Amino acid sequence: MSASTDTYVPKTRVGRITNFVDTRVGGSSIVKEFGRKIFPDHWSFMFGEVALYSFVILLLSGTFLTFFFDPSMAETHYDGVYVPLKGVEMSVAYQSTLDISFEIRGGLFMRQLHHWSALMFVASVSFHMLRVFFTGAFRRPRELNWVVGCVLLILALAAGFTGYSLPDDLLSGNGLRIIDGVIKGIPLVGTYISLLLFGGEFPGTDIVGRLYVLHILLVPALILLMIAVHLFMVVVHKHTQYPGPGRSESNVVGFPIGPVYAAKAGGFFFVVFGILAVIAANFQILAIWDYGPYDPSPVSAGTQPDWYIGWVDGALRLMPGVGEFVIFGRTISLNVLLPALAPAGLLFTLMFAWPWIERWVTKDHREHHILDRPRNAPFRTGIGVAGIVFYSVMWAAASSDLIATHFHVSLNDVTYWLRALFFLGPILGFIVTRRICLALQRKDREIALHGRETGRIVRLPHGEFIEVHEPLNDYKLYRLVNFESPEVLPAQPNKAGHIKRSEKLRGSLSRFFFEDRVAPVTRAELEAAHSHHAEVEAPAEKAEVSGR
Amino acid sequence: MKALSQRRRHPLAAVALLLLGLLVTGGLYAVAGNVNEAKAQTTNFSAQDIEEGEKLFVANCATCHGIGAVGAPQGAHGNQAGPALIGVGAAAVDFQVGTGRMPMQMSGPQAQAKPNQFSEEQTMQLAAYVASLGAGPAIPEEDLLDVAKGDPAAGGEIFRVNCAMCHNASAAGGALTRGKFAPALAGVSEAHIYEAMATGPQNMPVFSDANISPEEKRDVIAFLKTIEEQGSPGGFSLGSLGPVSEGLLMWTAGLGIVIAFTIWLTQRSS
Ligand code: HEC
Ligand code: HEC
Ligand code: HEM
Repeated sequence: MSASTDTYVPKTRVGRITNFVDTRVGGSSIVKEFGRKIFPDHWSFMFGEVALYSFVILLLSGTFLTFFFDPSMAETHYDGVYVPLKGVEMSVAYQSTLDISFEIRGGLFMRQLHHWSALMFVASVSFHMLRVFFTGAFRRPRELNWVVGCVLLILALAAGFTGYSLPDDLLSGNGLRIIDGVIKGIPLVGTYISLLLFGGEFPGTDIVGRLYVLHILLVPALILLMIAVHLFMVVVHKHTQYPGPGRSESNVVGFPIGPVYAAKAGGFFFVVFGILAVIAANFQILAIWDYGPYDPSPVSAGTQPDWYIGWVDGALRLMPGVGEFVIFGRTISLNVLLPALAPAGLLFTLMFAWPWIERWVTKDHREHHILDRPRNAPFRTGIGVAGIVFYSVMWAAASSDLIATHFHVSLNDVTYWLRALFFLGPILGFIVTRRICLALQRKDREIALHGRETGRIVRLPHGEFIEVHEPLNDYKLYRLVNFESPEVLPAQPNKAGHIKRSEKLRGSLSRFFFEDRVAPVTRAELEAAHSHHAEVEAPAEKAEVSGR
Repeated sequence: MKALSQRRRHPLAAVALLLLGLLVTGGLYAVAGNVNEAKAQTTNFSAQDIEEGEKLFVANCATCHGIGAVGAPQGAHGNQAGPALIGVGAAAVDFQVGTGRMPMQMSGPQAQAKPNQFSEEQTMQLAAYVASLGAGPAIPEEDLLDVAKGDPAAGGEIFRVNCAMCHNASAAGGALTRGKFAPALAGVSEAHIYEAMATGPQNMPVFSDANISPEEKRDVIAFLKTIEEQGSPGGFSLGSLGPVSEGLLMWTAGLGIVIAFTIWLTQRSS
């Protein structure tokens, strides 16, 4: 295909048709532009793609489900093939989900594929986000794309939650009941919002239909839009890369998108599809027939939401029953509202704001296209792990009952421990992680300066024993020495000579983050170390070798 | 009528009403109680069974439950005290001994099921002895355990309303406070399911015949046996533990396999 279309005369019929389309759509120039984009190869860069592919599979399997699902809450009596529910009163929505599972050909597989893909989608989005965070890929110029990413994460959670509530089974109803409780916990207006949302007293007759519209129309459309913006920005900014020889802030080393990378990516779609299909065909998920139709009176033991909502449920489980009080005859239920909103609010606020927080503390306004190895940003890695621990404690709390029964411990003890960890875990996580990062940096420094320990013990002519250290090749050396290590930047006075309160805070945060640091090896250090080694190694060649 | 409405505000009216209320509830309770006991004495044990049962009881159970099953105070013989067994009925013994919970092996939050320590005949003799001490729920007849006669759909509804909060809607079991738990119900015999409902072992409430009638108990059994036999239509059930085990599978096997593939795909260039 050539871009200079005016001189190109097609000879075959296919050629004429493609040329006709191309001169009007301009396809070849798009292919040329995109095909020459460079995408660096590292396994951790592929999780954005996994998210994208899971989303495509979600759209495909979801479309199939919409052909047969009926989002009506009208009462009916089941008359299908599943014997343990014959004649039971249920909603049409639940019945149509049973029919998809047991009477539509391939329906059960499609339901399971859709649900497993949803789990994979949110898992890969989360993994992708962690990769971006720990490598510092959110720094200028990619801050806005990070924000778009955060919005995508929230949308992914919304998509999952609205979908989970559609079948109107006991499990999803229990989940909605919790949401209803949280909404009712909002002071003054909560009850009215709940009445409006559910179209009457819970469970009402409207909620499934409303969630359905959100689930199949609004949320996916927003996700699509955001993905388009997100990928557009990835193309505009170009992809980041890990440090390495020949890789600089102004180039990208890797494969061009076409044809090698496009072929790989196309293949990778089918790999993801294949993995999800195998899981969906072999593992049961959301067995709605076990849970039975929703009915507000029963609540089942072991009621949990899907994994990505689990942490909010866990926060509710951890909250002690305090904080409910009455003002002016109105009950304020902080015991529900606080755990449902505060941890999630904290986590998301920090997430959205992190690129700016980091920039403010380091005063680093430069563009970054080279990634940090996580160990080379000990403070950020520490903060990230603290966040993961905070999340995981709540996550674990959502399965406190299963932890109790499966490890034969008391449910109460599990709750007490997790409550303590809720506060202590993130602090410990931060300290330990930062120490580990610093230790790894010191080890890197040691290796860069003195080479790798070979395990060969050598005896020098005057009787001294030394171990031979093998110097690194330049490629490996580059990785170890080429990084930035921010230093403490004390509070600075402004033009009028004052040190503002916010600047003082920044100064102390800077000290907190960067006081302990390992400086990268300088050229002078490297040369000094090597000349020293040359002295030691020269006689070593002639010395007798013992051991290996 | 007029006189009555005029006396409505008489100081003693409230007392009279209260008395009336108490009488009615008391009367109803007595009737209901009789209904409960109605099935108590259906099985007749021979005097020899009772005698053999007493010997077994003295040898194996009396340390905790006391001679004559009157109960033992806490700490007697260094063992955990057992409650009095007068009036618990043959069903309680058949369940506790038949599922291996009794004789209790170690004190803990709750007596654990374990392999049965006694033969069927010995279990029957123990039951006969305890039943002879006072009327209580009897071992259910075959007819009440016949799954074919039960309605699994009706049983399912009863199960979700009365049992799912402890045992989980798919009968996979669940946690209670302080290390106690409601066990998973797969593999429990029909008779033991019935007896569990009738006698309410340990932390489980009693579901008397007035609460869940014998025929409804049969429906529950039919439901439990149906879902046990049908297996899981969608593939491996992952312990029927719901979203937790599903999420775990995705984060371990699911993401693990994907990571393996990403490493493989990007290997060439580095
Ligand atoms: C180590 C002490 C111990 C021994 C031995 C023991 N039990 Fe028990 N048993 C208990 C305790 C404690 C309970 C009460 C459990 C609870 O309610 O938590 C109990 C409860 C029972 C119950 C249930 C009572 C009810 O209210 O339903 C029966 C029936 C029973 N035991 C029968 C027996 C029989 C029969 C034997 C002998 C084969 C026996 N036990 C041996 C300690 C013991
Ligand atoms: C308050 C919670 C609770 C409720 C409600 C409850 N159970 Fe239980 N159930 C338990 C506990 C706790 C045990 C274990 C008792 C023991 O180990 O002795 C148990 C034991 C059982 C067992 C014996 C299991 C075995 O492994 O031997 C059966 C069968 C059973 N329950 C059936 C039912 C049925 C049917 C219902 C509803 C009609 C029900 N339970 C309601 C708590 C409950
Ligand atoms: C629907 C969900 C998402 C999809 C489909 C998606 C897709 C992608 C793709 C394909 C890439 C390029 C390849 C890569 O680096 O993995 C990318 C890059 C990026 N994503 Fe996402 N992403 C999603 C969610 C998120 C989230 C939740 C965040 C963070 C909060 C985020 C932040 C970023 C950033 C900053 C980049 C640029 C990374 C770089 O250049 O190194 N994305 N995304």
